[in-house]
Amino acid sequence: MLQIIELTVNGQPTSVAVEEGEALLDTLRERLGLTSVKRGCEVGECGACTVLIDGKAVDSCIYLSVWAAGKSILTVEGLRKNDGTLTTIQQAFIDQCAVQCGFCTPGLILSALEIVMSGKSYTRDELKKRISGHLCRCTGYENILNAVEQAVRETQKQAHAK
Amino acid sequence: MTVGQSIPRVDAHAKVTGTAQYVGDLEPHDAYFAKIVRAPVANGLVRGFDLTAAQAVPNVVRILTCFDVPDIQFPTAGHPWSLDPGHQDISDRKLLNQRIRVWGDEIAVVIARDRVSAERAARLVVPDIEAYPAISTPQEAMQPDAIPLHEERPNNIVARTEFHVGDGSFAQAVDTPNTVMVSGHYHVPAVQHCHMELVHSVAYMEGDKIVVISSTQIPHIVRRVCGQALGIPWSKVRVIKPYIGGGFGNKQDVLVEPLTAWLTTQVGGHAVKVELTREEVLGCTRTRHAFDWDVQAVATADGTLLARTYRGFANQGGYASHGHAIAANASNVFKQCYRDRLSLDSESFTVYTNRPTAGAMRGYGIPQGCFVMEALTDDLAYALHMDPLEFRLKNCVEAGYVDPHNGITMHSYGLDQAIAKGRAAIDWDRKRAAYQDQTGPVRRGVGMAIFTYKSNVHPFSLETASCRMVLHEDGRVSVQMGATEIGQGADTVFTQMAAESIGLPVSHIDIQSTQDTDITPFDTGAYGSRQTYVCGTACKLTGQSLRAKILEYAASMHARGAEGLTIRDGIIYDEADQQLCTVAEVGMESSYSRTHSLHITAEETYHCEQNSFATGVCFAEIEVDIPLGQIHVLRLVNVHDSGKIINPKLAEAQCHGGMSMGLGYALSEELLFDDACRPLNANLLDYKIPTAMDTPDLEVHFVEIEDPTAPYGNKALGEPPTIPVAAAVRNALLHATGISVNSLPLTPQKLIEHFREAGLLGGNRHV
Repeated sequence: MLQIIELTVNGQPTSVAVEEGEALLDTLRERLGLTSVKRGCEVGECGACTVLIDGKAVDSCIYLSVWAAGKSILTVEGLRKNDGTLTTIQQAFIDQCAVQCGFCTPGLILSALEIVMSGKSYTRDELKKRISGHLCRCTGYENILNAVEQAVRETQKQAHAK
Repeated sequence: MTVGQSIPRVDAHAKVTGTAQYVGDLEPHDAYFAKIVRAPVANGLVRGFDLTAAQAVPNVVRILTCFDVPDIQFPTAGHPWSLDPGHQDISDRKLLNQRIRVWGDEIAVVIARDRVSAERAARLVVPDIEAYPAISTPQEAMQPDAIPLHEERPNNIVARTEFHVGDGSFAQAVDTPNTVMVSGHYHVPAVQHCHMELVHSVAYMEGDKIVVISSTQIPHIVRRVCGQALGIPWSKVRVIKPYIGGGFGNKQDVLVEPLTAWLTTQVGGHAVKVELTREEVLGCTRTRHAFDWDVQAVATADGTLLARTYRGFANQGGYASHGHAIAANASNVFKQCYRDRLSLDSESFTVYTNRPTAGAMRGYGIPQGCFVMEALTDDLAYALHMDPLEFRLKNCVEAGYVDPHNGITMHSYGLDQAIAKGRAAIDWDRKRAAYQDQTGPVRRGVGMAIFTYKSNVHPFSLETASCRMVLHEDGRVSVQMGATEIGQGADTVFTQMAAESIGLPVSHIDIQSTQDTDITPFDTGAYGSRQTYVCGTACKLTGQSLRAKILEYAASMHARGAEGLTIRDGIIYDEADQQLCTVAEVGMESSYSRTHSLHITAEETYHCEQNSFATGVCFAEIEVDIPLGQIHVLRLVNVHDSGKIINPKLAEAQCHGGMSMGLGYALSEELLFDDACRPLNANLLDYKIPTAMDTPDLEVHFVEIEDPTAPYGNKALGEPPTIPVAAAVRNALLHATGISVNSLPLTPQKLIEHFREAGLLGGNRHV
């Protein structure tokens, strides 16, 4: 049976009718048209469907939509700015050639955002652990790690400049 | 020069902003969901179905079974069609099959208004099945009393080939005094591509035309196979290929598209989608072939390779897919890498079994062939007490090599330089000495493996590619390639080639990433590491043709001839290097001239009858924890002789991905089955592809030697990085421990067994 939940999606207060057993992945893709959220396994193995829920990276395929009531969801669509500029992490993915087929990219960008927003510094091994919930078959993770390192570095530089 | 520059990927912005569209982002919102009913046995026959319960599920639209499909067998391999019936791919399956040949074979399908209803009803379909014993291996399948899987091949052998190289014989080598001989049985398991996007297609009808949106590497081949499978004119099918989330060869096979195309015709043209689950992709699409080999090698005491024998069995699984091409390719790497002074005898079998169908996967048999070849090479060097690098330098293929059977030529050669570069990068000589004769529970080793790889599929198959370019009013150019972007960066290198060949900045090139077989010029697709070499030439020829037309029109605008005119950075110069006009002015004038309007376009086909070998080497440094049976890869260095590199940063990134795939092959990946051929680990939790934590920093070098047969001096690079990694890791283990492990993957369980047998682990503990 459908029930209406209220939540914030990419900064917008949103009401949406969902089935009780519906995964947030399906609500975001099918009902709200947020197709940057990718379906790669549906059981929390691959990380392609990662979104930020109240700032925390979560596999939306194993998160019930009804749990999202009252919470704030961020997808890559929510990073869009009116002037068309990219976020530091998106630009870092381009600069470091961290994008290939692109299917794991939106989820990884959100995990990277969570890392960057923590304000902390990380060793390469710590970063490897932090992104290990994302499977990627194209990049060997090398340039993704380079991109996350660049984004952390630049964000800290910007914070110091302020 | 834009070729040779590391420009950013042309699709990167769309992909980091989530606006790049894949099949699932394009399907009509009201598409029906089709759930395939899969056979619960691997070998058997469907006698009938009880559909009562399934049909009672609300929202079910239609249930179709193997008794409803057209009585047409069709091929699925992503090969160019052959006009010679003797060389056509094997047609051995129907849209749904009554004769079950693999566990999970497609025997019926439920179409419902939504996914949940379709899945629920599919579980309620009750098939009546006559089950036969499952056949796991080629050896079982070749027994005289084995049940034939396909009546066309009563002995289950898809094909057998053999070749001989050299003026002598193996017996002669064995009889030569003062020689060393090694022999062994080697095995590699089936592994899977694990592209992150699932297998996904959606079809609907527009009038009497079937539109199929598909996650495929080969849209024009998909169109042909849909036409063949449905028994309709091929152009009645229109295939649209948007961005795809990786393919690695699985999507070089026609997987679910013909079924999807047929299903829409069974529901009045309503949109129907087939999106497989990850479990179905792993267990029921295609795999890399498992192989077994018996091989032998003889060399003189000074390390001169005299002769080898090769006998290989490829486990084809239930359907032919790419057929024998992969087993043949695997054996060919033996002759294409080393010089046997007396003889090389090779015999290969491809055999049907009830394992999942094996098909194309990055490297197309060569990762398997390279594993056995390079394991044998190191075992031989070890027996000779010779540095395996020196052994390779003494015996590897030389510049100007010509394959004696197919004529493929090494038009450029950088294998020696690649080995030298990698030797220095990994600090080979010092480490080989430092890691000699270690004792203790944790030991280190360095190992290497070399390979060669063709730059396309000529002369085995047709090589053809085409490109179309259109000049717009503002002087910018649209480029349509039949060749496909599958994540490897094809659109970016074609953009660079188009800019280079016309004389425009890359910002003036708009490449159309989507292929639509009703619009896009013909091409056979992304496979065989062919596109930069073959399709790149089509792009270059088309750019040159467009450039000539632009110059001709510019000349007419200035009442002069086109001789001596040139285009640089969008500006047209005369013979005195004076600016004549801009390409934008030509675009505007040619579009709107009231006296001489002309739509300036160009389209060229490159019919390719050339090929060249890329080569390369992988060096691995590992640490082995003997009590844990664990290999920790410390460094992985690939050096590629792939000619001139079109975009170094993209090329390096592609190598990283290939090396990662090779690392999984080496250490952790293996599809497991029970005796009934049922997959045991068809999910990404139990089937272990490398995560970031499993991957060392990856190091890539190139030796850039211009190849004269390529559009910009380039050779194959897409598949090669995967090829040598597993063998290099295995050989590093030999160096570290003195133990030859002759199968993949090198899991702790397997290593512990070897270490115990070799006495590296104390006691005779029985568990």
